[in-house]
Amino acid sequence: MVAPLQAEPGFAPVLPALILLLPLLGAVVNGVAAFTAPERKAIPTLVGPAAIIGAFVVVLLNFIGMVADPPEAAAIVSFWQWMPSGDLQVGVDLGFDQLSMLMMLVVTGVSSVIHVYSIGYMREDPGYAKYFAYLNLFVFFMLVLVMAANFALMFVGWEGVGLCSYLLIGFWYQNPEYSSAGKKAFIVNRIGDFGFLVAMFLVFVHFGTLDFVAVFEAAPTTLTVGGGVVTAITLFLFLGCTGKSAQIPLHVWLPDAMAGPTPVSALIHAATMVTAGVYLVARSSVLFAMAPVSQAIVASVGAATALLAASIAVQQYDIKKVLAYSTVSQLGYMFLAVGIGAFTAGVFHLMTHAFFKALLFLGAGAVIHAMHHALHETGRHEDPNDMRNHGGLRSKMPITWITMWIATLAISGVVPLAGFFSKDEIIWYAGAYGYAILWGVALVVALLTAGYMTRLMVLTFHGDNRTGDDAEPHLHEVPKVMWIPLAILALLSVVGGWVQIPEALPGLPSMHALHDWLEPVFHPAVVVMEARGVHAAHASPVGGGEALWAGISTMLAIVVILLTFRALVRRRVPAADAPAPEGLAGILYNRWYIDELYDRLVVRPSLALWRGCWRLVDVGLIDGTVNGLAGGARMIGWFGSLTQTGRVVSYLFFFVTGALIILGTILW
Amino acid sequence: METGIDFETGALLLGAFLFAVGAAGVLVRRNAILMFMCIELMLNAVNLTLIAFSRSAGIEGQVLVFFVMAVAAAEAAVGLAIIIAVFRHYELVDVDRVSLLKW
Repeated sequence: MVAPLQAEPGFAPVLPALILLLPLLGAVVNGVAAFTAPERKAIPTLVGPAAIIGAFVVVLLNFIGMVADPPEAAAIVSFWQWMPSGDLQVGVDLGFDQLSMLMMLVVTGVSSVIHVYSIGYMREDPGYAKYFAYLNLFVFFMLVLVMAANFALMFVGWEGVGLCSYLLIGFWYQNPEYSSAGKKAFIVNRIGDFGFLVAMFLVFVHFGTLDFVAVFEAAPTTLTVGGGVVTAITLFLFLGCTGKSAQIPLHVWLPDAMAGPTPVSALIHAATMVTAGVYLVARSSVLFAMAPVSQAIVASVGAATALLAASIAVQQYDIKKVLAYSTVSQLGYMFLAVGIGAFTAGVFHLMTHAFFKALLFLGAGAVIHAMHHALHETGRHEDPNDMRNHGGLRSKMPITWITMWIATLAISGVVPLAGFFSKDEIIWYAGAYGYAILWGVALVVALLTAGYMTRLMVLTFHGDNRTGDDAEPHLHEVPKVMWIPLAILALLSVVGGWVQIPEALPGLPSMHALHDWLEPVFHPAVVVMEARGVHAAHASPVGGGEALWAGISTMLAIVVILLTFRALVRRRVPAADAPAPEGLAGILYNRWYIDELYDRLVVRPSLALWRGCWRLVDVGLIDGTVNGLAGGARMIGWFGSLTQTGRVVSYLFFFVTGALIILGTILW
Repeated sequence: METGIDFETGALLLGAFLFAVGAAGVLVRRNAILMFMCIELMLNAVNLTLIAFSRSAGIEGQVLVFFVMAVAAAEAAVGLAIIIAVFRHYELVDVDRVSLLKW
């Protein structure tokens, strides 16, 4: 086998199977509970979060072990041979290196918090046990995805999270709109999965193995830098990423995915699953470093997605839609980073984004929860998600208000919160690697981010309440089980960025813990890129050092926040009285009509094509043949039955004639 | 044997003649009883033919005749029963007016 077990002394994973088995066990127990006693909530409440927290604890143990003794290469844990077929040897192997460890920490950590939150959020839902079964199953597959030591096993996780995403988007499947949103997510993801599969086949053809360690070690010698093969592999991988991580042109599913319960949006569609694409690019960093064309495409698509989604987010009124487009936009940032070769920056932003975007979603969930209750109490049917119906919630929900402001400042890149460091690093490297246009785009998106997030906060929490006089007294802060997760994530949103502080910034202690931590993983890619002659400059495309531009961007973010705040805090009208957005606002509100475009270009032509196939081939040809044969048999039978008169004499006549004919033939 | 036609040939010719008469009767008659009688005539024509052949071909022909007579007796019982049943139902025995023998 190509990937030998790590025999040398050093880091050895502790109870690696348990990390996967605990969430899986939780899913099974909750699944059984969902079938046998769906109305009993004790078991899911206990088992659901406990399984994930248990996995988190085991991951922490491993993390401590890894910090004490950082491995040079991934520590592989082999369980069994999965596909021993000829040249193709695929094992169920888990890889423990710094990158997968970071992802495991983020996945299990954020999942634990969100599971606890879900106890409060989903308490009154009839599908409570089912919800936890799906959510635990999701964590299991997500862990398979990040822990896999070969492409094939990663693909299992990749598909599994897609399945759970589908199940949870359509969780309230009684609403046909929600279940079709689930289908949309699944189908769009299939397009990306096709890319992943093709890339996997190409890797196998050229390397003869699917193991990460072996492939990435062999890549610099097997393939030529900038060659067609490595470009094809990376572009097909990236096609998979555009599906899973909602990048142009496959970004359309993520906003619709908000049909699922809000904690699901926080966990799957903000913090973990959608970042799988970024993880895949970071994991395949060597291959991408060898393909400059692919890198440019990844970075450009990322920047374009970031800009497009941010512009749409500016004019959305559904609180979750704003956050969904914000997520798409931030994922664009991450792809920009990994595309230009700043892998650490991309993974860094992945981590901080997981904290503050999960917080924003959970905060939005708290608002929706409160709104839903208030509207339910008063028997009204307005949309609890529409920010035009919110307003002035800060006095009703102070904890949610404060924590969401922390997250807003973090995502806007205000010093010294998490988003400042991660986003600034991306913007800086975009400029430093010489991508002037992408650098400009990244800066503009940063300002748009500050703008739309402030707009969200102002519309939701400031100004006068627009919920209505009857419902307003029913608006309350969410229970403890929901706001404690908010507080934990708020803390992480503050301190999460402190693991990586650039030296250039004055007055702050320099930190590069994350960079050092991930260095062994990204070192081969860095070597390849340096051999290509790629170096980071020490000034931005228009001059000025890192500290100057970090200062400028954070100042601009603050200015935008203040301006937006001033411009929007005035008397507004509820959704029912609001006019439809017009002009540019209308275009943005309608998401650049991309869904409509896809509808015209893809959905309707394919529907027409399949309808044609149905009418012509199925109904015409196949049904026609079968029915024609039956009809022909019936016609023949009808002709035959004409001779059947029922009269003895005619039968006798045939009989005698027949006998004479036979006799005649014999005697002839 | 100076007449030119021996006994066997004469018997065969008579059998054929009787069979033809019977077959023609079955075809042209409409009365079930008469058709039935013609069928009996055909059966006996065959019996005659069998006996004529058995003179030269062996005793089996005569054995077969006994079988034919036994079956014909049984058939006569069943056939007459059917005719009586038809008559009870329709009050006639004209086969042209009875067209039950179809689907």
